[in-house]
Amino acid sequence: MPLLERERKQHEGLLSLRPPRDDPKEAAGKIAVFQYLTVAVFVFLVSGFWQLQVQNPEVYSEAAERNRIKSIPLLAPRGKILDRDGRVIVDNKASYSLLLNRDQIRWEHLPAIASALQLDYGDLSSLIRRAGSRPQIIIKDQLTRDDIAWIESHQDASTYPEMQLIKSWRRQYPRDGFAAHVTGFVGEISEAELESPQYIDYHQGDIIGKDGIERQYDKTLRGVDGQQRVLVDNMGRERQMENTQDAVPGKDLHTALDLDLQAVAELSLAGKSGSVVAINPQNGEVLAMVSAPSFDANKFTGRISHTDWNEIASDPRKPLLNRSIQAQLAPGSTFKPIMAIAGLESGVIDDETIFHCPGGASFYGHYFACHLKRGHGDISLHRAIAQSCDVFFYNVGNRLGIDRIAHYADLAGIGRKTGIDLPNETQGTMPSTKWKMRLSRQKWYAGETISVAIGQGAVTVSPIQLVSALGGLGVGGRWYQPHLVEGGAPVLLRKADFNPDNLQQVISGMYGVVNEWGTGHAAQLPDIKVCGKTGTAQVASSDKTKGAKVRSALANNAWFVGFAPMEKPEIAVVALFENGEESYNAVPIVRDVLKAYFDKKARLTSGHLLETELRRVQSLELLSSIAAFSPRGLIE
Amino acid sequence: MPVYRSIRDLDWPLLIVTLALCTLGILQIYSATLATKWQDAWWKQILWVVTGLAMMWVAAALDYHVLLTQVGYLYLAAMGVLAATTFAGSKVFGSTRWIKVAGFTLQTSEFVKIVLILVVARYLTEAKSSGSLTWKDLAKLAALVGVPMLLVMKQPDLGTALTYLPILICGVLMAGLRWKYLAIVATVLVVTLPIGYHFLKPYQKDRLVSFVYPDRDPKGTGFQVIQSRIAVGNGGMWGRGAKESSQTHLGFLPVPHTDFIFSSFAEEHGFVGIVIALVLYFLLIMQVVQNAQTSTDKAGLYICMGVAALLLFHVLVNVGMVVGRMPITGIPLPLMSSGGSSTWSIFLMLGLVNGVRLRRFVN
Repeated sequence: MPLLERERKQHEGLLSLRPPRDDPKEAAGKIAVFQYLTVAVFVFLVSGFWQLQVQNPEVYSEAAERNRIKSIPLLAPRGKILDRDGRVIVDNKASYSLLLNRDQIRWEHLPAIASALQLDYGDLSSLIRRAGSRPQIIIKDQLTRDDIAWIESHQDASTYPEMQLIKSWRRQYPRDGFAAHVTGFVGEISEAELESPQYIDYHQGDIIGKDGIERQYDKTLRGVDGQQRVLVDNMGRERQMENTQDAVPGKDLHTALDLDLQAVAELSLAGKSGSVVAINPQNGEVLAMVSAPSFDANKFTGRISHTDWNEIASDPRKPLLNRSIQAQLAPGSTFKPIMAIAGLESGVIDDETIFHCPGGASFYGHYFACHLKRGHGDISLHRAIAQSCDVFFYNVGNRLGIDRIAHYADLAGIGRKTGIDLPNETQGTMPSTKWKMRLSRQKWYAGETISVAIGQGAVTVSPIQLVSALGGLGVGGRWYQPHLVEGGAPVLLRKADFNPDNLQQVISGMYGVVNEWGTGHAAQLPDIKVCGKTGTAQVASSDKTKGAKVRSALANNAWFVGFAPMEKPEIAVVALFENGEESYNAVPIVRDVLKAYFDKKARLTSGHLLETELRRVQSLELLSSIAAFSPRGLIE
Repeated sequence: MPVYRSIRDLDWPLLIVTLALCTLGILQIYSATLATKWQDAWWKQILWVVTGLAMMWVAAALDYHVLLTQVGYLYLAAMGVLAATTFAGSKVFGSTRWIKVAGFTLQTSEFVKIVLILVVARYLTEAKSSGSLTWKDLAKLAALVGVPMLLVMKQPDLGTALTYLPILICGVLMAGLRWKYLAIVATVLVVTLPIGYHFLKPYQKDRLVSFVYPDRDPKGTGFQVIQSRIAVGNGGMWGRGAKESSQTHLGFLPVPHTDFIFSSFAEEHGFVGIVIALVLYFLLIMQVVQNAQTSTDKAGLYICMGVAALLLFHVLVNVGMVVGRMPITGIPLPLMSSGGSSTWSIFLMLGLVNGVRLRRFVN
């Protein structure tokens, strides 16, 4: 077909030629195919929209919200810890923290961020890994001015947009370890704590109370964090504030502590190792509680650094131990009032019972010495308490037997937790035949009772147990649960049905300790009838200490428990002076606290209470202000 | 040739659907660019549409038979301009697609589509008169379409280059191809595509990868895919309402007035809105096809079907990209996306379709 050939050639040369006419109807079938294809394409597209917009629009509307809403946590301040007059013991200080938004974190940014903020890169990356899927991770608290300046100039979209500066609160504890064992401290929740059922509502990264009141009352003190929602654009720029959920601050805790008393107790124990606890035996309120040596709770509030922790935790003097509730030491002669009431109530002695003290006595083939080598001569109960005659109480113990002693001691709370509102209280030990059988599957030997009778042997107590026990005797045989935080009626733990005459004999003996040339005469106060009992407790058996040259670690512990006034005690104080050698070294400590208590009371009741007087310890820039009024100043 | 033509004879249903889509587009451009640096795009778009209508009338007035006789010159001229653009055009976003003509910045590759439709129509009308297409015919057609495709890919603008393919494929299929040929071509394509992948630019590879795995790098290449799907899903059944869409107005959606205008539309008007818009597109294409069916000659049919195929491809690829069912290619949505070249070229094509319609009784 030459014509066609020509046309082709022309076409190849792209020359013009009028196209031939033909019938387009033959393409009808193909057009129909195209139409079906078009329908298919539109069904395909509409189904795509159906899937995204109708089937699961929530997924995408949430994604869109995550895109545009940046939520900034508003951290709730913890409740303050206040003393009985409302003075602040533990406060919060506003500070700044840095958090990283998880979905913006770029690992390659971290070394730069870490070095700029003096963080260890290893710590930082492990912190972020541990944080799991938490959307925001606080990586540094208590930012310095330099930190803040650096962050503000580097958090734009082009550098490190994952950084977010937030306001936070730094827990501020009294300086120099003042009341540190009572307040405790806060820290980041640990893995182990997260797994325990007690912390079921808590999340990784939460700051929780780790010890003391902070731990015991964590649920009260901690608030509910709020959040501020900010509309941001694709560059992370804030466009406008959305609804804000305010933080609910934690509740303040009113404690029974009296800062003035606490300050005196702290100072009277300064440089020593031991404990002072003051309670109101009529209701169990803890007015002061000191354990020495102490530690600076402010050092624990950090998030990453553990060097301070290690330093304190490995200190051989064990500053973290709250001796007031955790020491387990022989009470020594302070146990004697319990022996006395046990003897009188059981009828093994009465006010006319006299034993002869030649400076020692033999029981079951062993010689037991009295602390007074020349002996007390013929001695009755009153003088035996006042002058702490060991031989008298050896005999009482011998007559009672261990299980009757244990019965009365148990009534007074020896060998029981007091149930004070602090974590990790220890139980102490009150031996009995059952106790020994359970512990070592051995019979109790009567000879062992003799040591127990003067608070040695297997008996161990904590200061809080001892002050609670003797204070309870002082108020007529009623033992209230010691508590730091006020609220609710006092809890009466046990009530004894003692013969008032018997009780009166014991208390008058304890009056004699202080006021009748007894062992605790240094606790005398003018116009106040102070009762008490001293104790010099051996750390180890005297056989071991006799030849020992290094005495300090094994030196006797000095105890004194006092309460006043005699008729209706409203304060009971225990002082434990570890390795204080002789009990009279513990007496002035108690005297200072008692005097401070009654001086303050006198000023309050005489109407001469000066506001300034109370405010002296108001701000807890503490020991500096305490130093400003020396305890002597308060007492004399 | 005595011809009576008047405005009354235009394809009014087609025109109404077209203007409805343009209106949706302008409203959406207005809403999406409010308080951005593109906020005057909406009235520019009105300008494009109005001038586009005039162009459409001119294109309809021209006898396509005459056009087809001149298509060789048109083709040569188009290649010249395209080459000039590719090698001397203005560079925007790393690709040279635009040249400046009398103050307008034109994307020449858009107008090449029209020429290709005419060239294919012309070639097929002639070749088909000898029966089925031969290999030689196919090779020549492929060359005619391939040259501009390569030029456009060089710019680089893979998306627009790909829009030339449906013109060729549709034309060939309309003209009729032996099953054997079809099978062979299909096989060759399946084999060569993976090889072709290696010749793609890195960003094009990224786009393909992020189409398949959008979550692999959510802040990088997958960003647009994810953000577009979020925008669409965020619209839900009824939409967030005009100007109320967060994805659009906070900048998460890339270019919400051009390539991603349908994401923005879907976010603001929801499933109901997109169904209405897609029905309009469906009617548009069907109306073009209807003109093909009523054409009195093959040339008219090829022109109309070329236009229909091109429109279908654009809608499929652009809207498919918006719902995450197609890779990101960066081609506009006809009539809705803001942009002069695209709007004008669509109007010119619709003008050709109208021209075919006007001449259906004339023979």
